[in-house]
Amino acid sequence: MALRSDIKKVLVIGSGPIVIGQAAEFDYAGSQACRALRQEGLEVVLINSNPATIMTDKNMADKVYIEPLTLEVIKKIIKMERPDSLLSTLGGQTCLTLSMQLAKDGFLDEYGVKLLGADPETIHKAEDRQAFKDTMEKIGEPCIPSKVVETVADALSYADNDIGYPVIVRPAFTLGGTGGGIAYNRDELQDISTNGLRLSPITQILVEKCISGWKEIEFEVIRDAKGNVITVCSMENFDPVGVHTGDSIVVAPALTLADKEYQMLRSAALNIITELKVEGGCNVQFALEPESFRYAVIEVNPRVSRSSALASKATGYPIAKVAAKIAIGFSLDEIVNAVTGKTYACFEPTLDYVVLKFPKWPFDKFVYAKRTLGTQMMATGEIMAIGTSFEQAMMKSVRSIELGLDSMNLPKLKKLSDDEIRERLKNVDDERSFVVFEALKRGITVDYIHEVTMIDEWFLYKLLNLVEIERQMSASELTDELYLQAKHFGYTDEAITRISGGKAIKNPRKAVYKMVDTCAGEFMAETPYFYSTYDDENEAAEFKASHTDPNKKTIIVFGSGPIRIGQGIEFDYCSVHCVWALKEMGYDAVICNNNPETVSTDFDTGDRLYFDPLTKEDVESLLLTEKPYGVVVQFGGQTAIKLTKHLVALGANILGTSADSIDAAEDRERFDELLNSCGIPRPEGGTVMEVEEAVKIADQLGYPVLMRPSYVLGGQNMIIAHSEADIREYMEIITRTKLENPVLIDKYMMGTEVEVDAICDGVDCLIPGIMEHVERAGVHSGDSISVYPSLTLTEKSRQTILSYTKKLAMALKVRGLVNIQYVVCGGEVYVIEVNPRSSRTVPYISKVTGVSMVDVATKIMLGTSLKEQGYSDGLYKKADYIAVKVPVFSFGKLHDVDTELGPEMKSTGECLGIATDYADAVFKGLVGAGYEFTKVGDSVLITVRDTDKKEVVYVAEKFERMGYKIYATSGTASYLNKNFVAANTVKRISEGHPNVMDLLDSGRIDYVVSTSAKGRSPALDSVKIRRKTVERSICCMTSMDTANAVCDILLMGKSIDDIEMVDITKI
Amino acid sequence: MLSKDKKAYIMLADGTIYSGFSFGAAGEKIGEIVFATGMTGYAETLTDPSYFGQIVTQTFPLIGNYGINEEDFESEKSVVSGYIVREYCDNPSNFRSKGDIDSFLKAQNVIGIYGIDTRALTKKIREHGVMNGVITTNEITNKDELLAKINAYTIKDAVKSVTISAPREYLTENKFSVVLYDYGYKYNIRRELEKRGCKVTVVPGLTPAEDVLAMKPDGIMLSNGPGDPAENVIPIENLKKLKKTDIPIFGICLGHQLMALASGAKTEKLKYGHRGANQPVKDIIGDRTFVTSQNHGYAVVNDSVPGGCGQVSHINANDGSCEGILYTDSNCFTVQFHPEACGGPHDTAYLFDEFVGRMEDK
Repeated sequence: MALRSDIKKVLVIGSGPIVIGQAAEFDYAGSQACRALRQEGLEVVLINSNPATIMTDKNMADKVYIEPLTLEVIKKIIKMERPDSLLSTLGGQTCLTLSMQLAKDGFLDEYGVKLLGADPETIHKAEDRQAFKDTMEKIGEPCIPSKVVETVADALSYADNDIGYPVIVRPAFTLGGTGGGIAYNRDELQDISTNGLRLSPITQILVEKCISGWKEIEFEVIRDAKGNVITVCSMENFDPVGVHTGDSIVVAPALTLADKEYQMLRSAALNIITELKVEGGCNVQFALEPESFRYAVIEVNPRVSRSSALASKATGYPIAKVAAKIAIGFSLDEIVNAVTGKTYACFEPTLDYVVLKFPKWPFDKFVYAKRTLGTQMMATGEIMAIGTSFEQAMMKSVRSIELGLDSMNLPKLKKLSDDEIRERLKNVDDERSFVVFEALKRGITVDYIHEVTMIDEWFLYKLLNLVEIERQMSASELTDELYLQAKHFGYTDEAITRISGGKAIKNPRKAVYKMVDTCAGEFMAETPYFYSTYDDENEAAEFKASHTDPNKKTIIVFGSGPIRIGQGIEFDYCSVHCVWALKEMGYDAVICNNNPETVSTDFDTGDRLYFDPLTKEDVESLLLTEKPYGVVVQFGGQTAIKLTKHLVALGANILGTSADSIDAAEDRERFDELLNSCGIPRPEGGTVMEVEEAVKIADQLGYPVLMRPSYVLGGQNMIIAHSEADIREYMEIITRTKLENPVLIDKYMMGTEVEVDAICDGVDCLIPGIMEHVERAGVHSGDSISVYPSLTLTEKSRQTILSYTKKLAMALKVRGLVNIQYVVCGGEVYVIEVNPRSSRTVPYISKVTGVSMVDVATKIMLGTSLKEQGYSDGLYKKADYIAVKVPVFSFGKLHDVDTELGPEMKSTGECLGIATDYADAVFKGLVGAGYEFTKVGDSVLITVRDTDKKEVVYVAEKFERMGYKIYATSGTASYLNKNFVAANTVKRISEGHPNVMDLLDSGRIDYVVSTSAKGRSPALDSVKIRRKTVERSICCMTSMDTANAVCDILLMGKSIDDIEMVDITKI
Repeated sequence: MLSKDKKAYIMLADGTIYSGFSFGAAGEKIGEIVFATGMTGYAETLTDPSYFGQIVTQTFPLIGNYGINEEDFESEKSVVSGYIVREYCDNPSNFRSKGDIDSFLKAQNVIGIYGIDTRALTKKIREHGVMNGVITTNEITNKDELLAKINAYTIKDAVKSVTISAPREYLTENKFSVVLYDYGYKYNIRRELEKRGCKVTVVPGLTPAEDVLAMKPDGIMLSNGPGDPAENVIPIENLKKLKKTDIPIFGICLGHQLMALASGAKTEKLKYGHRGANQPVKDIIGDRTFVTSQNHGYAVVNDSVPGGCGQVSHINANDGSCEGILYTDSNCFTVQFHPEACGGPHDTAYLFDEFVGRMEDK
């Protein structure tokens, strides 16, 4: 077999905006796929609404459409482009679902489009509950027994007669399994099923055999059309069944299975993929009873998934690339193995190290969110660590995850009594691994902990090893031998010194590097992919010596670590572009990052990849091995920026903007001085380290005030404080983790927010574009709808902004990128923030203006001026298109998080609308973000705080004009009625039934406008209302500006059919 | 595990010394140092008779995680000359575990060493080829003397050392009776045959062909085993006779090599062999590639298979070496890899069905 001759032009659909459960891994997969297809000479048409991705770069496909991922849009593009095939398995669930819908309604057949990668029959068998069960039964693979029932009697009868106790009850269509639970006996099942049936809107529950406590094992398998099958990797969850694998610590390969169990599951995985006839990658999840050979198939994903990205990075095997080649006709024995360059893809990687994945949860940001882990994934991102031991991988993980830890000791657990720790062990939450460690430290036995948590004893003993070495370090002499053992266990020198009580390290060791080569050293490999450990041989140094032109200068680019709210995929986009620019300029480009989901951690992105923590000591060893000419920190978000001071201390040459300038922008006093000297105003404010000081300054400034810690990204822990109580609550929360830098307090100014990304070479300052936010200041820039170019700024303000931007860039001696946020208030322009680094908006501005900002900045950092690159000073020519960036949230995945927008960023991703007309661009952006513009119900609900009442009248009027009935809570209703908008009063939650919650349940409400003076706490009515809209998938707007913009579009009655699709390669 | 143990050393034929810590038995032993890349199946590896005379290095760093249990044994005892790991597990966790690997090695009198950079050692063997070496829990004081002994070492009388002394009949189902030549057989070869309704009689590797024929077997199974295949002059002569009958013969590993030698082909020593659970093998006739379990240091030379006797049916997808022969001059087929797995993938277990099929056809 080889390339199918009937394929010439392929449509690739991406996964859209980043949401919890579908993140950067699909940029990695999609980019690999696009490249693999073009390598074979195929024409590629790409659709993805997410502009912050590598895959939507002009050079990734022949045609690139950054358009909403809806059926209408894809149909329209298929009609225009007439591709002969569609690749369905590399764009996550979004792409798979869209592809199946297109196939089912006959559209693909009608237009002669072949579905590649997955057959509709295959997908049906894998995704339909009953079809899946039948298929598994047919090939003798056991599933977890379960039954859908609609009465308590049926539930009891099924449990009593068929499956026995315990059972899990899962109510249908309740968010995050609300109303479900585990019943250990008949009485409990009676209670839980009664409750579950009541809560389920369709009075239906699933009764399932409870297998919590079983081991969760995954296999990544690949099959080609010839029927060749291989497993790329096995993975084992640290947490037993019950915690979503995306929220579980995962190790690769599986570590507690004997060969007989391993081969049993491996064979089962291969049987399943063979029966499903998947052609490409597939993920199979198993539950394995720890005390027998019994197992059950939990789930099969017949596509490239998050786990495939992890497996791919864990082994070095390029799953997405291979899956794409299989989809277009190649077989595994024809695809060359990129690692050896000689052998073929039809082999199974074998590892000589341990890989550990640790999730990154957003709970540091959402302090009121329910942290209990379950079947709904909540992590926004993850890190991966590679070590020669489990302990080492674990310790690298805790450093990488950016919780301020360098060991498993979580400071806040110290305060708890032994009994409290025992109690905490029962909570399955994000801190459980740390609680387990603390419990072991208190002498609570492995057996006890195992009994409570069902975490395999093997893992517990490994954690006990860490407890034991910490005890030895503090109790006995720090011999060379003990020190080396601690290094093998992954402790940094700083941690060793602290834990040992300040004992001197006599012979400090630096890390050396080993290669990830898929074959455990059996063959000579060419993979420039390394991880650190403490042995004698340094493979990275040898590799560099033998593979690199000694005349080439080496530059290290530091990546951005795990994806979290506020620091997302856009920084990976920037890091990758920087590396590419460096390579193009003839430098030897090295990348260091720890995020397995990204393009930057593909081993062929840079000249060498170091998969390691982005922390002090790790970076030091890397510098010693690489001896770089320079290092780049400005593209890796705050993660890389945080390393700056340390890198300077180590003598590294920071390319671009200097460490001192970065400090000048972040240090409040220095920044104020700089602004003074430039004559640029900013909102008044001050800095504090503790609560009383904060209250004093706020009194001086007058409320409301904006509070935020310095040196953070994404407005982490940023609030608008309206009272002293707000300040006290805030300071209490923020001082829970050690405060290294002061908290900033500013006068809050309500005005238009404007954002600028500029590139400066020390002489000239190029401003590719000015963006204006739809929402006024107070809503975090990442959560605002952002419009390029700005449409409402006066010429005077515009000139002021251009002049301030240049002044600031020059004063800060920026060499490269700078992002500046302004607020225009009462005709005056104030600076809010200056970040001398790349920003969230760089990818989209690059794409729409055609200025490849990262490339230009990289060249400047290495001495090529803007003029030499053909650019001039000042504002770049306006693009022919208007681009509107709309934020996307993952509220449905998180419990108890208030959805009201504020200064703290809450969105997980974004999509872009591009059009020649403003309204069209907004419309596209909103559609892409999931806004639905079809009228389903007949009413809207409005409930706003006093300060918004005046403005909400206009919003209400617009809804009225569209024919909606207005419901409002009493205060809002009377205000509206006084202003001649007919509004019906609806009861508050406390006022009896039917109340506002019942109204939301009725299905009549299409939109909700809700704001409140005080938010966040899940106990508040306003928060409950907003959470209800999440549960009922009702569009809820929490800013008057968003609501106005959405209403204006609604009134225009737009449809995708009338709007031009834009191929951005033509821009 | 914290290094509380006594020091131990490995010295290679080129004089390189690695130091680590002792586990398992104490003492000193010379052997051929090889590496195995399987990530599971250490108990199977330790009890695989094909490792006779060899000091085995595990490339996977964590060994002993799931403990030791007799069900996983592939022969009655361990014949390895030493065992090299990065880290062994003293708190294993598995429902079948009856003990830890340290106690097992002690009981089997196998010298173990941990704390070794097994990747560096593996790369050394890869570059240099298989090397002799010593594993010892004594301080190395007499380096030159020891080196002379190391260099003089060769694996000799391998099959004779591991084969059973007298035939043994396993009384199970008896749809077919199969004679299994024990050149150092792995138990799972017998189990796979028994699973398919065969009554197996295991006979010593040197049993004369006439004695085997007198048993009137429906099929003859040639097992795996250790050492240089060409050393086995008597077994090769026996196979020459047996292949003249029309009794179905199925050979694995050493059995495959011996049959090739009996048919006029040649064998050669590979630089560092194939030992692992991830070796891709291409079935040339069926145009399929399978992931296989392997453990061999010698291979049949592809071009040496005489045209008249059959054809190379399988090749290694990595290096193209011979992985199987389909004979046309006799009712025989043989493979270099291990369809009986243990440890490793079961993907080629269908070959046992083919063998049984040949017996059915008769």
